[in-house]
Amino acid sequence: MKGNSAVQTKPRTLKVDLLARVEGEGALQVKVKGDTVTDVKFRIFEPPRLFEAFLRGRAYGEAPDITARICGICPVAYQMSAVHAIENAFGVKVDGAIRTLRRLLYCGEWIESHVLHAYMLHTPGFLGYPDAIQLARDYPDAVKRGLALKKVGNDIVNLLGGREIHPINVRVGGFYRVPTRREFEPLLERLKWARDAAMETTEWVGTLPFPSFEYDYEFVALHHPDEYPLCEGRLVSNKGLDIAIADYEQIFHEEHVAHSNALHSTMRQGGKYFVGPLARYNLNYEQLSPLAKQAAKAGGLGAFCANPFKSIIVRMVETVYACDHAIQIIENYQQPREAAVAVQPRAGTGYGCSEAPRGILYHRYRLDNTGTIQDARIVPPTSQNQKIIEDDLRRFVQSHLELNDADLTLQCEQVIRNYDPCISCATHFLKLDRERL
Amino acid sequence: MDDTETRLVIGIGNPDRGDDGAGIAAARLLAAAAIPGVRVMEHSGEAAGLIELWQTTPACVVYMIDALVSGAPSGTIKRFAAHLQPLPAGLSGGSTHLLGIAQAVELARVLECLPSQLIVFGIEGACFDFQSSLSETVAAAVQRVAAQVQSEVLEPEAAQ
Repeated sequence: MKGNSAVQTKPRTLKVDLLARVEGEGALQVKVKGDTVTDVKFRIFEPPRLFEAFLRGRAYGEAPDITARICGICPVAYQMSAVHAIENAFGVKVDGAIRTLRRLLYCGEWIESHVLHAYMLHTPGFLGYPDAIQLARDYPDAVKRGLALKKVGNDIVNLLGGREIHPINVRVGGFYRVPTRREFEPLLERLKWARDAAMETTEWVGTLPFPSFEYDYEFVALHHPDEYPLCEGRLVSNKGLDIAIADYEQIFHEEHVAHSNALHSTMRQGGKYFVGPLARYNLNYEQLSPLAKQAAKAGGLGAFCANPFKSIIVRMVETVYACDHAIQIIENYQQPREAAVAVQPRAGTGYGCSEAPRGILYHRYRLDNTGTIQDARIVPPTSQNQKIIEDDLRRFVQSHLELNDADLTLQCEQVIRNYDPCISCATHFLKLDRERL
Repeated sequence: MDDTETRLVIGIGNPDRGDDGAGIAAARLLAAAAIPGVRVMEHSGEAAGLIELWQTTPACVVYMIDALVSGAPSGTIKRFAAHLQPLPAGLSGGSTHLLGIAQAVELARVLECLPSQLIVFGIEGACFDFQSSLSETVAAAVQRVAAQVQSEVLEPEAAQ
């Protein structure tokens, strides 16, 4: 890193009023006195969206469509968590081809989200470019590859979801319509190209200059014995956590902090934890396809990685996996007779958790006997990562005080981008204190 | 596009978010007009998809209509010749999505896949709330923009 100098003794404040290349509106403030970091704030000031309130009184069938609008980048994640939670409440089991199509839809979202992040948001900062447009001047072929790769992800979501942003084809029990085998054929050839492009990208990002920055994190992710997790599994960590999704609220707790519009999450008997691609990778490496493991090796990764800067490599390994898995699904596809299983509403509470591109996304719904939503709880991954982001900022600044303010601020922005935060998602919550006058 | 279609109109936006649906509303008016030689599309504004669309219509004149957030009074209409100069950052202003169309245009310019003529109409929005309808001033502006695009498409020399 450039700009090395002796540690400054006068108080320093690093401030970014509006973070660039993150989704949504957030800011950063770090205060340093002498050689000690005294305060760190990752501020989210995007207005709360109150989706948990919108859902009250709505029919269960509306939940996938309403929650999809929490985010334009990861709508499938919201739909999958929603349908799984409601199906859990109703005792509905979705299996076979419909279950597999859901995984295919999720693969599309992972591809488009991870590729957008890797090419447009994260890589420019590693190479000293202010934005993707400047990166494209010097790396036009790479950026064109990234755009074409992202488009393949968009097209999966478009074909199976009915629309590339806020898909309209997902419902409790399955889909409104499923494609024919023939409709998938044009996508198959493009996915084979995409798989190669994702491998090339993994090798490319593996050469980026990564700071040495490792920590003993508690990684939390879904874990499934038979597959890399998308929609199902148990919640596990590298420090002994192993619970059913239904027990999420026994372990994880949300609190409001003054400097953020998004609730912060902690573990009731632990503290901060880390969700997202690095957590998934570390807790599910054995479930990756052989080609994805090959990609990881080509990108310079072993079976475990504790450097959040290298999350960009993991995102591309997951993109290789998603392309590979999508090809396997389409090659073996047999169109199901029905697009959805029968659903009979009943009163109860249901729990769902799926692996959004940024990490675990938890939904809980309480419904009455007509299937009307009485209340809802939604915890997105970026909310859950806020505390660990602030922790990383504190540790990074503490160990890089010799940098001048400009360089240190740029690096702090990269620290935040390691988590690919989705600020719009994080501010969906409802917390209403009513004062009777 | 078929060989007879030499003009492409793209309405950009999210019809579920109030004035962010302005571009979509304008596109629907133009689609209903069924102007010969003109293809009308609705698009989310997602950059990779837009750039691919421009790559497949290089010989075409492209019109795009989108909401704008620039601080001007609601319903203000601005016209940009994006093939000649950068767009303001406030386009797709009601969305928190990354890479709005301004960035998509600049990326396409650097990658040399911008349409030879790209005319962008921005309609200043006021309210982008979930499930709200178009503001009155924006709805009126949508009508005017649709009429202007129709006029330019039918008499391109007058628009120069």
